[in-house]
Order: sequence, then structure tokens, then C-alpha cells
Amino acid sequence: MIKVQNLHKKFEDLTVLNGIDEHIARGEVVVVIGPSGSGKSTFLRCLNLLETVTEGEIYVDDELITSPKINVNQVRQKMGMVFQQFNLFPHLTIMENITLAPVLLKKMTKEEAKKRGQELLERVNLGEKANAYPAQLSGGQKQRVAIARALAMDPEIMLFDEPTSALDPEMVGEVLDVMKDLAKSGMTMVIVTHEMGFAREVASRVLFIDQGVVMESGTPEEVFGNPQNERTRNFLSKVL
Amino acid sequence: MMAKFSNEFYKCFIKEDRYKLLISGIGVTIKVSLLAIIIGILIGMLIAMCNLSKKKVLRVIGGIYTDVIRGTPSVTQLMIIYFVIFPPLQLEKWIVAAIAFGINSGAYVSEIIRAGILSIDKGQTEAGRSLGLNAFQTMSRIVIPQAVKNIFPALCNEFIVLIKETAIVGYVGLMDIQKAGDFIKSATFLAFMPLIGTAVIYYVLIKILTLALKKVENRLRRADAV
Repeated sequence: MIKVQNLHKKFEDLTVLNGIDEHIARGEVVVVIGPSGSGKSTFLRCLNLLETVTEGEIYVDDELITSPKINVNQVRQKMGMVFQQFNLFPHLTIMENITLAPVLLKKMTKEEAKKRGQELLERVNLGEKANAYPAQLSGGQKQRVAIARALAMDPEIMLFDEPTSALDPEMVGEVLDVMKDLAKSGMTMVIVTHEMGFAREVASRVLFIDQGVVMESGTPEEVFGNPQNERTRNFLSKVL
Repeated sequence: MMAKFSNEFYKCFIKEDRYKLLISGIGVTIKVSLLAIIIGILIGMLIAMCNLSKKKVLRVIGGIYTDVIRGTPSVTQLMIIYFVIFPPLQLEKWIVAAIAFGINSGAYVSEIIRAGILSIDKGQTEAGRSLGLNAFQTMSRIVIPQAVKNIFPALCNEFIVLIKETAIVGYVGLMDIQKAGDFIKSATFLAFMPLIGTAVIYYVLIKILTLALKKVENRLRRADAV
């Protein structure tokens, strides 16, 4: 579903990604771990072209999305993105946050979008918050709305950029629960996170990225139980 | 004392229907200001987009525009536009004046808009784009509605400055409030009454506008209060 070949990303003189080759299959839940500054967030942001790729190719459904001729907006409609800072639109109600894109991009009529929005809100246990504004919600609630908002575009892939890192500890669980649910439903997911317990439980595959390359890749049992790479061992000994 | 006051008042405002001069002056000031504000906002948005553009040519054009307008007096700009640029077009005086003030105001409005857009967190743009919205949709539906709330007080201030600035339209032969007061001063050889009268009229006009804009601002802030 997603094929990454020789991906490089440089910010001026700083090389952040230094040749990543990766294949993510449909239905996989890939959890990306690694020390801060390792390039894992940049990797995720390259996948939906929020960062322009310096070198290398990314294919989504066999379509070369790093080509300059590609319609970036159409590619992004296939991929939902959830951010560390939620990035809800504060001037819109929760329902408007969710229906804005599907209606504007003519995927649905206003009524359809509202109906779907309500379903999604129920799915993330926030059915009663449709008319609230983001400022009235807790961090965990905001992040669940952000997930519902991304799902409203019926994406084939969901990208999560440290979705629980900005949350108070007691709210992490409710967001992870929604994500687990989503994983069970068969959604293809790429998740950058520091929640190792979650990775162990939900991931079909764990990628350890450091210094801009994939150092190790395998099932959670393999990576957490029997890490092959010295750096992986080193990292895991600090976070587990 | 009282008799002198009412006598002067009569001479300045009642005699020969002089109040009518002031009333038509108010009309001219409002007409010119209103059109100038609209032109100023349009030019301001355009120049702000230029200044925020990725294309260097546009940034240079935007930069030169703001630089030149801010670096020259508005009276000079008004006279250049009126006497040098527009005579061949034979537009009505007040329209030419409004264009001149709009061009001037646009430079200041562009800076206000630019600052407002930059004040919105980059994550908002990224969230919009990640949903598949294009740059224009993201700007118009997500960034600008939030920026407007932030820049509204600064924009109001600019409108008020602009209205007062129009007091120089007498230079190109328009009879606005200031010019009408001045005319009465010359006709009556009295200074106090016509000039204070002029000041009071401007003050009241701007007070009304300020109160109205305050109402709008409160409405814009409603979503934050909850």
C-alpha cells in the first residue's frame, strides 16, 4: 500500500532522513519508535507530503506521490493525519470541524456529513459534544475529535504523530483505546509514539528509527523481546 | 458673553444656511472614507498575499509598495494621484480621492493582515492541508477567519486614522467637513466656532463608528468566551 524507496530529507545542512526503504501493507499497524531527533516524525510527515522529500520515492497504491505532477490534495484525502497538538479549528464547533473537509471537497452533502459526523463522534464516545467548541474540551477529548475529523474523509491510511505526547497522563488511555479500536477494524495505520506498552499490544510491526535510517524492523516480540541491533537495545533499556 | 456666543453661532452655522455646507461635507467625508476603506482592504489583502508568497518577485513587489507608500506623505500621494495620474480618466473627484486614500491605507492594512496571518499557528494550516484542502481553501476557511478576530482591533484603528486623514481632500478641491469649516472661517472671519464645530463633527462621527465596531468585535469574540 505504501512503498518508500531511498527516502532522504535534508533541512538545509541537516540530514534528518538518510535513506529509508520501507513497505507498509494494507491492514498493517506499524508503530515507529526511536529517540527524539531520530527522524521518525519527519518520516511520517513525508508520507503525506507535509514535508517535501529531498530525494527518493514514495508510492501509495502504486502511484508515485513524490512526483511533481501529482495532485497533492487528492493524495492527502486518502490519508488521515492526527497531530501531537490536535490542531482542531478553534473557531468551529466540533461538528463543523468534522464536516468542513467532506462538504468542502464535495465528498458528501451537508446532511450526509452531519450524519456521518455524529456516527464518528459516537464511535469516539463524544456523541454529546457535537455543538461544543474545542476550547470546552479536555486534551483527550480534543484528540478523539481530531481522530474523528480525520476519519470523516474515509481515509485508507491513518497517520499518528505522537498522538498522546501532549496529553495529561490520565487522558492517554482514552485516546489509545480509540486507536486500538481502529486497529481492530482493519485500518492501515502508521503511528509514531513513545507508548511502548501500546506498541507491544497493538503493532503488527515495530520500526526502530535512529539517525535517519530504519535500524530494526520486526514484530513487537522480536523488537522488544530480542532486539538485534545494539542501538535498539540501548534505546529500549532507557525507555522500558 | 452669552449673546456674543449665540451671535457667532448664528453667523457660522445658521446664516446663509451654512450648516448645509457642513452637512454636505459630512457626506463627502463618509463617501470618500467608505470607498477608501474598501479599496484599502482589497489592496491590503493582495499586498499581504504578495508579502507572504513563496515567489520572490511577488515579495519584492509587495515590499516596494509598502516601502514607497509609508515613506511619502499622504498629501503628496493624493496630489500626485489627482493631478498626475488620473486627469486623463476624468473620474469624479471624490472617487479619485478615495482611490488615493485606498492605495495609501492598503499599505498599512497589508502589514496588519500579514501579522494576523502569521499569528495563526502553523498546525492549523497543516491540519487543513492534511485533510485534503488546497492552499486557498485552508486560507479562506481556517486561517483568515481566525486571523480576522486577532487583527480586528488594529483594523478598526486603521479605519479611524483613515477617516481623519481624509481631512486633506481640500487640497484637490473637495468640500469635506474640514474644508467646509475652513470656508466658514474665511467667510465669517471667525476662527473659534467653525474650527471647534469641525472638531466636534469628526469626534462624533468617529465615536459612533468606534461604538459600532466594538459591538462587532464582541460578537467575533463570542466563540472564545465559551
